[in-house]
Order: sequence, then C-alpha cells, then structure tokens
Amino acid sequence: MRYDLDFAAPLTYWPGLMAGAATTFGLSVSATVLGFGLGVFCAIARTGRSVAAARAVGVYVEAIRNTPLLVQIFIVYFGLASVGIKFGAFTAAIVALVINVGAYTAEIVRAGIESVPRSQLEAAQCLALSRWQVLRHVVLPPAIERVWPALTSQYVLLMLASSITSQISTEELTAVANRIQSDTFRSVETYLIVAAAYLALSLVMRLLFWAVGSMAFPRRRRLGTPL
Amino acid sequence: MISLTPEQLLFLLRGFGWTIALSLLAFAGGGALGFVLALARVYAARPVRTVVMLYIKLIQGTPLLILLFLTYFGLPALGLVVEPLPAAALGLSVYVSAYLGEIWRGCLEAVPRTQEEAAACLALNWRQRLIHVILPQAMKIATPPTVGFMVQIVKNTSLASAIGFVEMVRAGQMINNATFRPFIVFVLIAGLYFALCYPLSVWSRRLEGKFDVAHR
Repeated sequence: MRYDLDFAAPLTYWPGLMAGAATTFGLSVSATVLGFGLGVFCAIARTGRSVAAARAVGVYVEAIRNTPLLVQIFIVYFGLASVGIKFGAFTAAIVALVINVGAYTAEIVRAGIESVPRSQLEAAQCLALSRWQVLRHVVLPPAIERVWPALTSQYVLLMLASSITSQISTEELTAVANRIQSDTFRSVETYLIVAAAYLALSLVMRLLFWAVGSMAFPRRRRLGTPL
Repeated sequence: MISLTPEQLLFLLRGFGWTIALSLLAFAGGGALGFVLALARVYAARPVRTVVMLYIKLIQGTPLLILLFLTYFGLPALGLVVEPLPAAALGLSVYVSAYLGEIWRGCLEAVPRTQEEAAACLALNWRQRLIHVILPQAMKIATPPTVGFMVQIVKNTSLASAIGFVEMVRAGQMINNATFRPFIVFVLIAGLYFALCYPLSVWSRRLEGKFDVAHR
C-alpha cells in the first residue's frame, strides 16, 4: 500500500512540541542534579564504615535496579497517593526519576570510589586530614572524574526514560506526541519528529556533560586525556 | 494480598506469564538481529559498517516507548494490521538488537587478534574461523553482559502495557481500576519483577566473577 508522509500536519503543533521538549529537558536536568546528589550520598554510605548504612543502600540499589521504572512511577504516583502522600504528576515524575537514577548513580560512583588507590587515602590520613576532608579533596574528585563517561551515558538514558512519565500524564514530549497523533492521525510522522527531538536532546545532554566535565575537572581540561 | 480475590491474583499471574513470554520473544528476535548486526559491525565492508553504526546510534538515542508507538500506531498507517503482541515483540526486538549488537561487537573485538591470525595461518576460511575459533571465545566473554542485559529486557517489557498488551503491569492497572488498591497491587507487581530479575542479576555477577578468575 502507498503511504504519503505528511509532516506538515503534526508540525503545525510546534509550540506544543517545543513546550514538551522543554518539559522533558527540565525534568531530565532536575532529576540528574538531584539524582546525582542522592547517588553520591548513597555511594559514600555504601563504602563507609557503618555496616547498617552500607546494607541499607545495598537493598535500595538492588530493589530499584531489578524493578521497572514504570512500576516505580506508578507506586510513587498512585500507590503513595492511596496511603495519603499526594504529589502532582510533575513532582511524582521527578521523585520517581530521582529515586531510580540515584540507585544507578550510587553503583557507578561506588566503582569510582573503589578505584582510588588505598595508598592515597593513607597519605591523606598521614597529613592529618579529617575524614570529610579526605572524602572531599582526595577521594571524590578522581572517583567522579573516572566514572564521568559512565555517568553521562546513564543520564542520557534517564532523559530517554523520562518518556515513560507520559504514562502518569506528565505533559512532556511523549505525552504531547500522543495528543498530536490522536488529533491528526499522523502517527508515523509525529513519532518520527519526536524521535528526532529525543536524538537532539540526547546530543544536548552529552554536550552539557562534556562542558560541566571540563569545567569541574581542570586536569582533563588541560591535558585532554582520561584519568 | 488481603484485598485481592483469587481470580484477580490468577489474572495477575497470567500477566506474569505474558511478561516472561514477551521477554523471551524480545530476546530471541533481538538476539538474532543483534548477532547479525554485531557480525556486520566487525566484518562487513565499510559502508555497511557505517550504516549499522548509524542504526545502532539511532535506536539507542530513541526512547523505547517511541519505538513501541511507531510499531503499534505506525504499521497500521502503512496498511499492516498488527495486534499488540506482535507490535510489542517487534518494537522490543528492534530495541534489544541495537544494544545486544553493540555488546556483542565488543565481545567479538575482545578476542585477541592473534587467534584469528593463527586460524588464518591454518588455512581456515572465514566461516570456519568464526565458528571454531572466534565465536567460542567471544561467547564466553559475552555471557555475563548478556545475562545482565536480560534484566533490562524483562523490565522494559513493562512498557508494552502502554500499547495495550496485557502483561503484568497492564493486568495490574486493570485490577487496580476495579479495586482501587494501587499500593498493594503495584508493590506486589514490583515484587514479582524483582523475583524475575534479581536471580538474573546475581547470575550475571557470578559469571563475571568466574570469568575474572579464569583470566587472572
């Protein structure tokens, strides 16, 4: 059967598409920043002295990594509402994404922390640095620099996964696409446009991470080599 | 569980079965295509390699949900009637093929070059080299990450609920619509996914350890 592609119809909805892309981007950036904080905190707890804290983080990481994001989103949005903790769709989306990506970040950063040679910790202790100072100046910077590429990929995946929040009516790119396609019946074109938008957004995310990385890691900026 | 009737539980378990079935379909389809992609990426002529690379980048840069919508809403627009199950299986297979293709390419390239050179010196042709020398070694390297990726496949089948395929999440939504007990229903579903994925995760990690020891 012949089928003529007609991109004009869905493209008349471009203000909606732009708004959706902006929401997706905002959602991703907020979840990235908060999830990074949560993940680093959990990674520190995981590698720290307290066995109980390390075990608690272990349970959290395994629970999140072995269940689908969609179910996590439903639990946060529908499940918690039914026991009295209510969020709006956008807040619920961010909460679920942060909880999700925090677990992955924790695993990645933990690998980075464990890659710091023991002798550097011992040297720092010999200089009478406090535990917080050792963490802040000796352990975390090289740990995070080393896993930066892995973190970048993880947060690009997070941006793509934010499309799943359309299932709880967050008005992001995919939800906008669903509405446009049910208005115009131009499903192929609509989803192709949106796929292209996601590709562009993932390039933007990679660029952002590259920029932040070269700002945060002066060694890499000067030498241009991975650690 | 207190609030679910046996019928509802049974319905949920049937969804659980479909989740497993869809995972297997996606793994079979995506694995077959991914294997071809990996071979093409390593051994094909340069233009083919570039095309395959673009395909992989394109799929990996698109959300799975969009791929599923494209197969489910897109194929009928092109005149093909598709039920939710084949549409989901197709969309997932395409998605899985891009990731497995990339994983397996790495495994093929991880086999030392000297192995292939030695095989070539023994006058084995390309097929013989592949089947008797490269693949057996590459498969050993590929097993842990492949098992690890199976976890992703199982979890990602949950998105098939968005195109109306009644797997576990969809079944849960339907039960929830009747009972209004989302917390219990979705936590139960999360538990069932965990029961499916956690053994795979542990297996993958154990395989990694085993592989490490062999090469230390």
